[in-house]
Amino acid sequence: MAYLELEGVAKQFGAQTVVDDFSLAVGKGEFISFLGPSGCGKTTTLQMIAGFLDPTRGAIRLEGKDLAAIHPAKRGLGIVFQSYALFPHMTAAENVAFGLEMRNVPRGERAERVRAALAMVGLAGFEDRHPRRMSGGQQQRVALARALVIKPSVLLLDEPLSNLDAKLREEMQIELRQIQRTIGTTTILVTHDQNEAMSLSDRIVVMSQGRIEQIGTPQETYEKPASAFVSQFLGKTNDFAATIDRASAPARLIAGSWSAPAPAGLSGPVTISIRPERIGFGDAGLSAKIITRIFQGNHWLFQCESECGPAIVIRQNDGERQPAEGEAVRLSWRPEDMSVRGGAAA
Amino acid sequence: MSAAAEERNARAPWALTAPALMLFVGVLLIPLAMTVMLSFHDWGQYKGIEPVFILKNWHEIATDPYYAEMFWRTFRIAVLTTLLTAVLGAPEAYILNRMSGRWKSFFLLVILGPLLISVVARTLGWALLFGGNNGLVNKLLMSAGLIRFPIPFMFTETGMVIALAHVMMPFMVLSVWAALQRLNPQIENAAMSLGAGPVTIIRRIIMPQIMPGVLSGAIIVFSLSASAFATPAIIGGRRLKVAATLAYDEFLNTLNWPLGAAVATLLLVALVLIVVGSNALIERRYAEVFR
Repeated sequence: MAYLELEGVAKQFGAQTVVDDFSLAVGKGEFISFLGPSGCGKTTTLQMIAGFLDPTRGAIRLEGKDLAAIHPAKRGLGIVFQSYALFPHMTAAENVAFGLEMRNVPRGERAERVRAALAMVGLAGFEDRHPRRMSGGQQQRVALARALVIKPSVLLLDEPLSNLDAKLREEMQIELRQIQRTIGTTTILVTHDQNEAMSLSDRIVVMSQGRIEQIGTPQETYEKPASAFVSQFLGKTNDFAATIDRASAPARLIAGSWSAPAPAGLSGPVTISIRPERIGFGDAGLSAKIITRIFQGNHWLFQCESECGPAIVIRQNDGERQPAEGEAVRLSWRPEDMSVRGGAAA
Repeated sequence: MSAAAEERNARAPWALTAPALMLFVGVLLIPLAMTVMLSFHDWGQYKGIEPVFILKNWHEIATDPYYAEMFWRTFRIAVLTTLLTAVLGAPEAYILNRMSGRWKSFFLLVILGPLLISVVARTLGWALLFGGNNGLVNKLLMSAGLIRFPIPFMFTETGMVIALAHVMMPFMVLSVWAALQRLNPQIENAAMSLGAGPVTIIRRIIMPQIMPGVLSGAIIVFSLSASAFATPAIIGGRRLKVAATLAYDEFLNTLNWPLGAAVATLLLVALVLIVVGSNALIERRYAEVFR
């Protein structure tokens, strides 16, 4: 049985539907990310789980119990807010202790647990600091300790790292993952950062305009995107128009001067998408011309103009000679590296 | 940079602020100094004001219990008014802050209302409502069965406190509101997610954070109430004088300007001491919230 279950959850504000038909089963100890552009309904969904918003339709169940009947204060979820929402008039230790106080944890045990929680997030010795005297990263850690110290059934993270600078964000991502692995709390992270979602999660829920586009492991969503939106949103991709020619035998999938044996069961015009790092320069394939070539340290980024429109190619900086700007090239890829969408059943 | 240019730069701020400074000195500092000097002059029924330096007026204020009573009443009224505005104004601001856009602007206007009406018209309005035993307020309270005998409002401290609290309310509400604006909008949700009920959230999370707002509102209300003139003059009349109406009477009825000046100076000094003192206390106590 799923630990946390959302079934057909929808939220409407007036006539506007913000989240629609959201169904998801989260296993115990799983790390799930809600990923999507701003306004896709990911935060709204999180707030419905937290209980700050009531779903218009659908049910949310935690260990089989309907959460709608449970007041947000009694749900026992740990939440880290984008703005941290620390209590500015309390010290770090008082902030962390607040949830335990509300649970009438005896003073001695409370102090011990607060100390342990702050130590876990690397803030031992910061007990008596006020939030305003701490850096963004430190405030972030206090917020995490405050949410974790109550041993929440589910940890909800609302874009917790978006206010940190790039380097700190990377550090916190690793730390967050380690902490989550150690204590095994079921975690839901809301983010618009695909790298963050991919590096942290067991599964990603890709959302767009209030709907789920795809649920899958980071690798699945990246390599087998279920829709054009997913392939565009998760990293860079090349979409080419192609056709499946069933007149010839055996049937072939043709994009410009590139062709391959056609996948079974499809015919007519289709869209194929290939990740830029899966395209190579070869002797045969799609004709293209390099427009710009950008050096990025460990790799080269090529922007090309091909028969099928603009294309981007990423090549490892492996010491091989790379084509220059203006050079004519042929682009090729293995058929298993592309995904095919559209087309009629054949 | 050359020494001359540096000197010019050092002088520039003074030159630029000179007009405002001169106005400040001309209309505030000089009259104030003259009032203080006046309080040391002598006065007699037939000789008028004599520009000498004596402590007669100050001695009279210090020894005559009449003045002590007057000042105690002034500060009692100011304290009660401050308490009343804080107790009513802080929740009012909290509710106002939670209202949706259109209602918020409407009720903000309602709260600012007292400031938009002339002080005399407004206070006379209160006098009509209070008006003796048959005043509207008393009639209402009696018909509602809340009281059996009419409460005297006119010429009492009760009436004065009510009328003053009415006009001072906007200052309290606006200053608490400003503090509420600085609150993190997610902070109540954060407290709720940790298991706090509505009462705990207000007591442990909201109150401590808006306290600086309540206290700065209290300082404004207190100093304005203690030095208020029109409201005490109309509600209290001659029977119930406060420091401001006392100074007025000494100046314009008794024509004992030096004594009036001494009363006014004492009121000013006492107010400044109280305000500066409590401000220092508040800033030390709420250093973390203010930063």
